[in-house]
Amino acid sequence: MRRVMTTTIRLQREAFDVGAEAALLTRGRTDIGAVVTFTGLCRADESGEPIAALKLEHYPDMAEAEIARHVEEARARWPLLGVTVIHRYGRIEPGEVIVLVVTASSHRDAAFAAASFLMDYLKTRAPFWKQVEKASGKIWVDAKATDDAAAERWSASPPRREAAK
Amino acid sequence: MKLLYFAWVRERIGLAEEEIDPPAGVATVGELVAWLTQRGEGYAYAFENPKIIRAAIDRNHVRADASIAAASEIAFFPPMTGG
Repeated sequence: MRRVMTTTIRLQREAFDVGAEAALLTRGRTDIGAVVTFTGLCRADESGEPIAALKLEHYPDMAEAEIARHVEEARARWPLLGVTVIHRYGRIEPGEVIVLVVTASSHRDAAFAAASFLMDYLKTRAPFWKQVEKASGKIWVDAKATDDAAAERWSASPPRREAAK
Repeated sequence: MKLLYFAWVRERIGLAEEEIDPPAGVATVGELVAWLTQRGEGYAYAFENPKIIRAAIDRNHVRADASIAAASEIAFFPPMTGG
């Protein structure tokens, strides 16, 4: 059977409906048995201090290309039937969605693993930078060593090619 | 070639982008950083710790030893904090 893989990658300023995006991925399909969604939200604190908002700067052309490269790599590793990645930029307030990753497959293992893989790479390889607005001023968020370590673990297991399309 | 700067690299240099024409001896990303560092206080501040600065050539991540010979767009930025 031919496997149809739907990919949606969007970078946008506007808020969006997480549930509607996930539903869109499976609409009209009966081959998908598992959908994993990861939603990243803006917290009201950063390093123990309250924040008014986040500002996300990005490198538009590269961000889109980099996400597309990692979606391709996820496809090579797992039998995916659909991937949606939506990442916002601009000003984002606590409680609002920053990023959504949706992965669909026949079974849950691939969907869980691919969602985790994509998030680890979004954190460390996609050209986005967070700045927080605190009472003390605007501060660029430092990269976390734990995020690098999370992305590193995927390098240990080389891509697994799909046997058949 | 066109240079792009993002986040605090952009703020420290005071520019989002510029056109440059480095001298012939500047062949790699690392050499370009060293050359830029000498252009002024803002550059020196932005590149004060060159090990943590990330670079991309034509929208692909590269290391400091990458050749800039065929580059049309080179970006410099801090470690990424998206997601």
